[in-house]
Amino acid sequence: MSKLPDIILKHEDEIRSNWLKHMASTVRRSDLMNDRELQDQSREVLAAIAEGAKSGETSDLSQQAWSRARELMQSISASRARQGFTPSETSAFILSMKPPFFHAVRQELAKSPDEMFQEILNATLLLDGLALITAEAFTLAREQIIKRQQQELMELSTPVVKLWDGILALPIIGTLDSARTQVVMESLLQAVVQTNSRFAIIDITGVPTVDTLVAQHLLKTITAARLMGAECIISGVRPQIAQTIVHLGIDLSQVVTKAKLADAFALVLQKSGRTVTRIGGSPRNAGIQNAESGLKPEMKGE
Amino acid sequence: MERIPILRMGSFLLVTIQVDMHDRLALQLQDDLTARIAEWDATGVLIDISSLEIVDSFIGRMLANIAAMSRVLDAETVVVGMQPAVAITLVELGMSLSGVRTALNVESGMELLYQMRGKLHAELDDDASNQA
Repeated sequence: MSKLPDIILKHEDEIRSNWLKHMASTVRRSDLMNDRELQDQSREVLAAIAEGAKSGETSDLSQQAWSRARELMQSISASRARQGFTPSETSAFILSMKPPFFHAVRQELAKSPDEMFQEILNATLLLDGLALITAEAFTLAREQIIKRQQQELMELSTPVVKLWDGILALPIIGTLDSARTQVVMESLLQAVVQTNSRFAIIDITGVPTVDTLVAQHLLKTITAARLMGAECIISGVRPQIAQTIVHLGIDLSQVVTKAKLADAFALVLQKSGRTVTRIGGSPRNAGIQNAESGLKPEMKGE
Repeated sequence: MERIPILRMGSFLLVTIQVDMHDRLALQLQDDLTARIAEWDATGVLIDISSLEIVDSFIGRMLANIAAMSRVLDAETVVVGMQPAVAITLVELGMSLSGVRTALNVESGMELLYQMRGKLHAELDDDASNQA
């Protein structure tokens, strides 16, 4: 029968004060957490450990008696992950309990080295187990944060821009995967309905690579838009991407592709029966080639 | 029995699907429409599906079939007003309806039909200018 539970119960206060002292000298982050909070937290943790220890079981933390300690560890490390503690600081919070524990064990069992060794081993296993739980919960909390950010990023990164009456642009930044394609497709189609647009320019300047999967996703979006009665044009095809598309044998013959957004815009203006002319310019400079410079005065008027 | 009405606008036929399509209704429409095209010598068919919210592969195939049949009878088909969800569903089902012309709404669909039958469009313009 292990004597560790008795030792923990008997020396609870002493362990706590030593623990706080030890933490203050090693892993204290006063910028992230004030003393009061830390004291409350350590009191709770030690109480939970004492409660678990009462069952007499210190090696198997999956037991019912340890459920409170487990939950507490998980919630503490999750909140620490959000507060910005590092993983090592979070585990060190538990591991720094070791010296006070060992101290208490030594006080109690100074006369029998064998027993002392056994109890120190037990205490080490117990605290390591708790530290592992915190590490796992910490990672889990971080993963949740990353997932949420991914979601937010996805929603942010698919803006549909209205270039002109009946002309939309969809600049895509970042890799296109199936989840993202879904968002892109939905927001584009929604915008087509809302703005009654007949043309949409999908700009892939910001897409780092185009493989067969990405191309398939693009084609799906274009087909869906076509079904609704809107025509799509792909722009921003970089030279390397043009090479990859041909090497991979992707068939884009059904789709109009342009190297630059400006070219695509010029084409769409032409298709919708509009011309762009420079005000007061010489006839040589007039026309669609000077779309950018020629457009400015008109845009101000709109 | 429930039927989908087919309206005649000059040489074009206008079909607006306002109810949920089920298979029998779709087949009935197919029968009626081919009969009307032949009867009225229609040169264009405009199908407005803006109220259609649910499609399955059968309805998708029916749209493609109607377009193919009309073409055999020398009439162009334009499908207008497809909802985003419907478009996504059809794409996910692998049906791109490549033989079907599409437009955003009835207005641009009509425009497309006139364009395809450019002669008529020119005549209408003439009429309009004569009246003015």
